Amino acid sequence: MASVRLSNVRKVYRRDTQEVPVLDGVSLEIVSGDYVALMGPSGSGKTTLLNLIGGIDQPTSGDVFVGDQNIARLDSGALAKWRSRNIGYIFQLYNLMPVLTALQNVELPLSLHKMSGKERKERAKVALELVGLGDRLDHYPRQLSGGQEQRVAIARAMVSDPEVLLADEPTGDLDRKSADEVLRLLERLNTEFKKTIVMVTHDPHAAEHARRTLHLDKGELTN
Amino acid sequence: MNFLSLVFVNLRRNWIRTLLTMASVMVALFLYCTLGGVLDTLNAAADAGSRERLATRNAISLVQVIPGSYQDRIAAIPGVQRVCIQNWFGAQDPIDKKGFFAQFAVDNNFWPVYAKDMTLIKWSDPQVQIPVAADQDPHMAAYFAERNACIVGEKLMKQKRWKLGQSVKLEGTIYPGTWEFVIRGVYRHKPGSALTDEVFWFRFDYLSEKGMGGQNFVGVYKVAISDPSKSAAIAKEIDAQFENSDAATLTESEQAFGAGFVSMYGNVPFALRVIGLAVVFTILLIAANTMVTAVRERTSEIGVLKTLGFTDHSVFMMIVVEAAVITLGGGVAGAMLARLAVSGANLGFLPPIVLQWSTVLTGVAIAVVIGAISGLIPAIQASRLRIVDALRRVD
Repeated sequence: MASVRLSNVRKVYRRDTQEVPVLDGVSLEIVSGDYVALMGPSGSGKTTLLNLIGGIDQPTSGDVFVGDQNIARLDSGALAKWRSRNIGYIFQLYNLMPVLTALQNVELPLSLHKMSGKERKERAKVALELVGLGDRLDHYPRQLSGGQEQRVAIARAMVSDPEVLLADEPTGDLDRKSADEVLRLLERLNTEFKKTIVMVTHDPHAAEHARRTLHLDKGELTN
Repeated sequence: MNFLSLVFVNLRRNWIRTLLTMASVMVALFLYCTLGGVLDTLNAAADAGSRERLATRNAISLVQVIPGSYQDRIAAIPGVQRVCIQNWFGAQDPIDKKGFFAQFAVDNNFWPVYAKDMTLIKWSDPQVQIPVAADQDPHMAAYFAERNACIVGEKLMKQKRWKLGQSVKLEGTIYPGTWEFVIRGVYRHKPGSALTDEVFWFRFDYLSEKGMGGQNFVGVYKVAISDPSKSAAIAKEIDAQFENSDAATLTESEQAFGAGFVSMYGNVPFALRVIGLAVVFTILLIAANTMVTAVRERTSEIGVLKTLGFTDHSVFMMIVVEAAVITLGGGVAGAMLARLAVSGANLGFLPPIVLQWSTVLTGVAIAVVIGAISGLIPAIQASRLRIVDALRRVD
């Protein structure tokens, strides 16, 4: 069963009076449990494609199905609710809240779900233990290394148990050792927890961890 | 971690800025409530006075006097119960020249006319027994026995640290010279009376003898009437009596007299309102600027929150609540501080400031409105912010 299906998706940004096409009729299918690396030169539309799959941007035309839901047709409120249940997002620069501890950062997405404070805390702890940071619960992001911050971000992305994890250059800001730890972690989430992962990367070494690689150039898929 | 704890975490993010903004709102609301208290007091003073009393003065102005012979003629007018003298003295305490307090020379009729307004709480026993009229308080025997005796308000006694039986010297300004008095009684105003406990009353015959060379010139007559509904007619009749004399009179209700007295402040109430509004508007700009800056600094975090699934509405509410907490906290503190610090403060010859709860609540409500308005613009901006713009990456 296809977890993600894009059908003839176009995305055009407007810069004042100019129209800048970013994606031009992209169609693709990613089956449930797949792990896809998305590669391409800068400006090829990788992050835009990821944003469309994650429902944080809307296509100019075309359909974006995640599961059975065509998210291109959802309004802003419905899309926000959908994201909170179906998508985990991992950023290149981690984007943790600097004023929250690791535990609070991971708890944050759960505040959108109906559950007790105790349950939220327990689930956040389990997620942090899973990424190997059970002993860093009360550390603030500034007290963590880059690799640790990214692992907190991964815990935050998976704590709501979404089906799809989207990672935008998750190793782009890390040294090789930390990058490998993060990549192993993503691999484990894919193999052990059956998460569908779409990862944007410039790094061929990172792409090797994926099951398959898609190449994007000038807004079109080339393979 | 829930909505409210996120709000409070954000408030603590730059706690110096949060505290300074709260402090500025607090000072603004303190000023607003203080000015409101002064206005309340001026309005209360304008409304003060009994409906059962009239005030007769020289028609030209309050500083012109009227003859003492008018007293009996006014008393003879139907509907008039009793007429008493109340003459502004205007002396200074040589020990504390800046410590203003009101002094009035009054005749014996004054005490029965104002019996409902004050009560004697301390008094001296007379050195010589003299008969006291049946309509007078028998405890005032010592006052009636000594020409330079005086009755002083309880609060003024405390302020000046005077004692019952003590001699007090005042320097006359309208009536020059050093005036020596002996305190023979201490009064307290009765509930509901507009009198304050900071007035110095003494005998008019002492003023007449020493300050007027035995002549009787009076500043104001207070006229007790039996039927308040006829006050206008009685006032008209009093003035008609002296219409063609050298000293024509103006008679009005004691309330109107008080309002006229307050009107000497000119446009002060208007100025107070303008200052109060200017302060509130200024603080609105400061609070709005703080919130706009605070939200701008968190643009990418707002993008992350929305990515996690926070709706535009919840981001909007988070920022409005944040602004409201800052202004409400500062506002409540400022309003309560004003209530504690300003209530009872002296405003010259007006009653002490009474900061009404309604003024305090108005101040708090203004703080909430300031919070809502100051948070509105950044909240709208944040709620409309597109995630991709907030994260600033289009690859």
